[in-house]
Amino acid sequence: MTYEKRSDGRKFDELRPMEAKVGVIPRADGSAMFKTGKTIAYAAVYGPRQLHPSHMRNPETGILRCNYNMMSFSGSGERVRPGPSRRSKEIGLVMEKALLPVLDLSGFPNSVVDVFVELLQTDAGTRCAGITAASLALADAGFMMKDLVAAVSVGKVGDKLVTDVNKEEEDFEEGATDVPIAMLPRTGQITLLQLDGKVSKDELKTLLENAKKATKEIYEVQKQALKEKYGAK
Amino acid sequence: MEKINVKDKDLVVPGEIIAESMDYIPAAGTYRDGNSIIASQVGIVSIEGRLVKLIPLSGRYVPRSGDTVIGKVTSVGFNNWFVDIGYANEAVLPLKEATSEYIDKGADLSRYYDFGDYIACQVIRVTRSMAIDLSMRGPGLRKLNGGKIIYITPSKVPRVIGKQGSMINLIKDKTGCKISVGQNGWVWIQADDPKSEMIATKAVEEINKKAQNSGLTEHITSLLSKETGK
Repeated sequence: MTYEKRSDGRKFDELRPMEAKVGVIPRADGSAMFKTGKTIAYAAVYGPRQLHPSHMRNPETGILRCNYNMMSFSGSGERVRPGPSRRSKEIGLVMEKALLPVLDLSGFPNSVVDVFVELLQTDAGTRCAGITAASLALADAGFMMKDLVAAVSVGKVGDKLVTDVNKEEEDFEEGATDVPIAMLPRTGQITLLQLDGKVSKDELKTLLENAKKATKEIYEVQKQALKEKYGAK
Repeated sequence: MEKINVKDKDLVVPGEIIAESMDYIPAAGTYRDGNSIIASQVGIVSIEGRLVKLIPLSGRYVPRSGDTVIGKVTSVGFNNWFVDIGYANEAVLPLKEATSEYIDKGADLSRYYDFGDYIACQVIRVTRSMAIDLSMRGPGLRKLNGGKIIYITPSKVPRVIGKQGSMINLIKDKTGCKISVGQNGWVWIQADDPKSEMIATKAVEEINKKAQNSGLTEHITSLLSKETGK
């Protein structure tokens, strides 16, 4: 079966309209908002601060802790049951692993950096929006970072390869494959790659190329947002 | 081949390529990848000869021995005090570094520095695992009575102080406030009347906001004379 036209009228390799803002939460050490289409993610960074429980402390370097949370009113339709779940715990963990390769926390041994990602509104691609916002918030907090991390969810809807999958496409009747990818935009190194569905080897290669192009676009939005905050005279 | 993508004093973000040349040497806030020099922080580029470094615009204070800082006493122990100096871990002020006077065994240490007191102190030791020791023995190190504390970005402390203290003296002269700036970005401001305190606070916050601008001294001078009406 074929997927002729995207539900929101985008081109197959077109991202949803993006918006980013840095410094949205004044009490946090660093914060950012990232919006792609109807998905809105807020990220707040606290720390480095003393780590409890102390058995988790690492005397060599600071550690990163990510918390992913969907607001109860965020879903499209059903109320999301509040509180931690298996899913949110797992996404918190993969976000941590997606961000850690760029971060240098060796200046803060025995301490922790907490990242809280809150989703106000969700329309698929939440972990990607979360990672993008979190990397902005970490840069805002002034950590040493090799690069910003930009993430996008590419995939296959029906028989078409698409970039930045939305919820309607994710639920496409004849099957959809969702591939969230986080990349360092400059080098194209991958820090997150998940795959839910079916794709062939060649298709996956094309998807990776598409993601590379998309993350470069996202990086420009991130860069602009940071410069907007710090460039203000 | 010499290729530099940014000018001196340009704003860069992590991952931005500053220069694509082996003629430059990466310093603080940057790193080399192959031929290029990449920014690793949000900051202002500063090129000194062949050296490319960043002046960060945000970030935590990382203590170094010799720094004079302002801290807040968070707890009083049996033979030491614990002090928050804006770093992830608390710093320790040991008894023998606290005063030059003799303190009796078992004396009540809160008589000297109590919970919640602000002190101007010096970092004397920082270990590899970032255990921090402080001292109160030195000129100008004391308990800070009264006044208020404001927080600025640690990397902007040099701008608040100015060359040989020019900026801080300017604010002190114009407002008549006592001001003490710690390397950790904590600033203590005290005056007899609240209005001068307000003006000095405003001036310091303005410097914090516009630290990277040129002509900062003139800007602050005009701000101060407008506010004080002198």
